[in-house]
Amino acid sequence: MNAARFKRWLQGLPTHLILIVVCLVWLLPTLGLLVTSFRPFQDVNETGWWTVLSAPKGEKEYEAFCGACHGIDGKAIIAADLTNADLVKNYRRSFSLLVSLKREINGQPHMGELSLPDENDAATIAAYLRRISGIEARSRFTLDNYIDAVVGYRGRATYESDCASGQQALDLSCDWRDLGNPRGMGRAFLNSLIVAIPSTILPILFAAFAAYAFSWMYFPGRQWMFALLVGLQVVPLQMTLIPISRLYAQLGLNGTFLGIWLFHTGFGLPYAIYLMRNFIGSLPHEVFESAYLDGASHWTAFFKLAIPLSIPAIASLGIFQFLWIWNDLLVALVFLGGEHPVLTYQIGNMVTSLGSGWHLLTAAAFISMALPMIVFFALQRYFVRGLLAGSVKG
Amino acid sequence: MAAKTQPVAGIMRQGRLTPWLYLLPALLVMAVFIVYPGLNTFYLSFRNNTNTGWATDNCLAGAPCWGLFENYRYALTSEIMQTAFLNNLKWILIMVSGTVVLGLLIAVLADRVRYEALAKALIFLPMAISFVGAGVIWKFVYDYGSGQVQIGLLNALVKALGGQPVSWLTMPQVNTIALIVVGIWMWTGFCMTILAAALKGVSVEILEAARVDGASEWAVFWKIMVPQIMPTITVVITTMVINVLKIFDIVYVMTGGNYGTEVIANRMYIEMYTSFKAGRAAAIAIVLIAVIIPAMIFNIRRFQEQEATR
Repeated sequence: MNAARFKRWLQGLPTHLILIVVCLVWLLPTLGLLVTSFRPFQDVNETGWWTVLSAPKGEKEYEAFCGACHGIDGKAIIAADLTNADLVKNYRRSFSLLVSLKREINGQPHMGELSLPDENDAATIAAYLRRISGIEARSRFTLDNYIDAVVGYRGRATYESDCASGQQALDLSCDWRDLGNPRGMGRAFLNSLIVAIPSTILPILFAAFAAYAFSWMYFPGRQWMFALLVGLQVVPLQMTLIPISRLYAQLGLNGTFLGIWLFHTGFGLPYAIYLMRNFIGSLPHEVFESAYLDGASHWTAFFKLAIPLSIPAIASLGIFQFLWIWNDLLVALVFLGGEHPVLTYQIGNMVTSLGSGWHLLTAAAFISMALPMIVFFALQRYFVRGLLAGSVKG
Repeated sequence: MAAKTQPVAGIMRQGRLTPWLYLLPALLVMAVFIVYPGLNTFYLSFRNNTNTGWATDNCLAGAPCWGLFENYRYALTSEIMQTAFLNNLKWILIMVSGTVVLGLLIAVLADRVRYEALAKALIFLPMAISFVGAGVIWKFVYDYGSGQVQIGLLNALVKALGGQPVSWLTMPQVNTIALIVVGIWMWTGFCMTILAAALKGVSVEILEAARVDGASEWAVFWKIMVPQIMPTITVVITTMVINVLKIFDIVYVMTGGNYGTEVIANRMYIEMYTSFKAGRAAAIAIVLIAVIIPAMIFNIRRFQEQEATR
C-alpha cells in the first residue's frame, strides 16, 4: 500500500515540478515590480529587488573590518559609539573614514593587526554607518514611491522631503491640489475612469436596444442586417484611426472625452450586439408574450424584462469592455494624447522620459494594474467568459 | 449567423418605425465609426500625404514609382517595412507556437493537480493587465546596468551563472525575441483557458479505456486528446495569429520600434503621428487588413461551428 502510494507520488512528481516552475516564472516578474514599488529609491538602484529581505548593504563589510571591536551593533566601544550621529558625521566619505582608520588611537594603530579596508569597502562601510547612525536612515519598505507617483513628483529625493524643506518643483503646491497635477497618476487614474465608464455603458445600452429589436420585433431585412452589423467585427481598429482623427480635427473633438467615448462605443458595438442578441434572443418568449398581453409596451418590456434578465450577459460584456478600454493605449494616444492623459499614456510617457526611475515606474504601473487585478480576482468567472466570447473581436 | 432565430410572437406587433428607433443609435454610431472610416482609409491610401492630390505626387524623380499605388510601394517594399514584415513573421512563428504549446502543456498538467485553480489564475493574471504595465514589468526584468550592480533579474541571473550581462532590448536579433517573450507571458493564459475548456470535453470513458488497454500517457495525449481538441486548437491558433499581426503596445512601450524591432502596426502609428504621412499610414493599414481579414473570416466561421455543436 505504502509502496504503491510512493510510486504514484513519484509518478506525479514531474507534473508538480513543471507546473510549479512555470507558475514561479510567471509570477516572478510581477513580484519584482510589486517589491520594487515599495522600496526606498536609494535601494532600488543599489541592489536587486530579490535582496530586499537580506542584510542591508555594507553589513558584511562592516562586520569583517569593524565588527570585532565595535560590536555587531556598533555600540561596543562607548567612547566611539558608531550609532551616534554626531560622531559618524565626521566620516561621511570613504577618504575621511580611511584617514581616521590610519590614525593612531592612544598610541596604537586604529586597526591593530587587522588589514585596512580598500576604498570600495570603506565607501560601503561609510554608507552603512550613515544608515545605522540615523543620518540617512531609511526603512526597508516605504510608501513614498506611491505618493510621488500619484502627485507626479519627478525630483531627486521624495515629494515629502522636498515639501518639508520647501524645495518642491514649481508645479507642486504641497497640499491636496497636487492630487490633480496633470503629470501625476492620481489625475490619470481619474481620467481613465472618466474614459472607461461611459465607454462601457454606452455601447452596452445601444447594443441592448438593437438586440431587443433584432430579437422581439419584426421588420424587413432583420436577418441580413444583423449579419451585416456583426460582420463589422472584422474591421480592425487600425483602419479607422486615420479618418476619424481627421474628422475629429474638423469637429474639434480631438483631445475631448466625448470623442473617445464615441469611438469606443462605435468599436465596441458589433461584438456587443452579437453577444446581447444571442442572450436576449434566447430568453423564453412566453415571458414577453404574457407581458404584452398584460398591456406592456415594448418600452416597458425592454426596461422591465429584457434588461434585468440579461444581467449575466451585461456583466461579462461590461467587464470585458471596461478592462479593454482601461488597458488601451493606442486609442488614448491618438484621440486624447496629452490633453487628458490616461494611465497607460502617462506610464508610456514615463518609460521614455525617466530612464532609470524604476521606483516611480513600478509604483505607477502597479497603480494602473490594481483595478484590473481586483476585477480579475473578484469576478474571475465573468471575466474569463467575456474574454473567451470576445476572442474574435477585432 | 449562429444566433438562434426565435419566432417573433405575432401578437407583439409594433409600429413600422419602432424597430428603427431601437436600432438608430447603434446604426448611427457604427456608420460613422466603422463603415465610413473603413472606406475612407481605402481612399486615403491612394492619396498623397496631405490628401491634396493623388498618391502619384509622392513619387520622387529617379526613384522607382508605382503611380497611383505609390503608397503601396512604400508599404510593401521599403526597407523599414521589410523589417516590419520579417519581425511580424518572427512574432507569429515564435509567439503563436510558444503560447499554444505552453498553454496546452499547462492545461493538461493542471488538470491532474489539486491546486488547478490557483495555477491557472497565476498564468491567466497577465491577461488582465495592460500591455503598458507588462512592458514596465519586463523592462525591469531586462534592465541592463552598465556598472557592477545588475538590478534586472535576467542579467543578475546571467552574472550569477558566470556570463556577461547583456543589453537585451538594444541587441539586434535578441531584442525581438525578448519582446516576444513578453507577448508569450501575456497570452499563454488565454490559450490555456480555451484549451482547458476543450480538454474537459474529451470523453473520460475513452481516456480510461485507452489507459486500461495499457496506452502510455504520452500516447493518450497524442492519439486521443490532441485529435479530439484539434478544432479548438485551430481556432486558438488563428485567433493568436490575428492578435499577433496587430501587436503594437509592447513594441511601442519597450523599444519604440528602434534597434530593428519594428512591426507593422507600430510603423503605421509612426507614419501617421510622427511623420504625418497619412497616405502611407493608410496604405499600411490596408495591407494589414488584407492579411487579417481572411484569418478573421475563417475564425468567425470556425468559432460559430463550434458554438453550434456545443
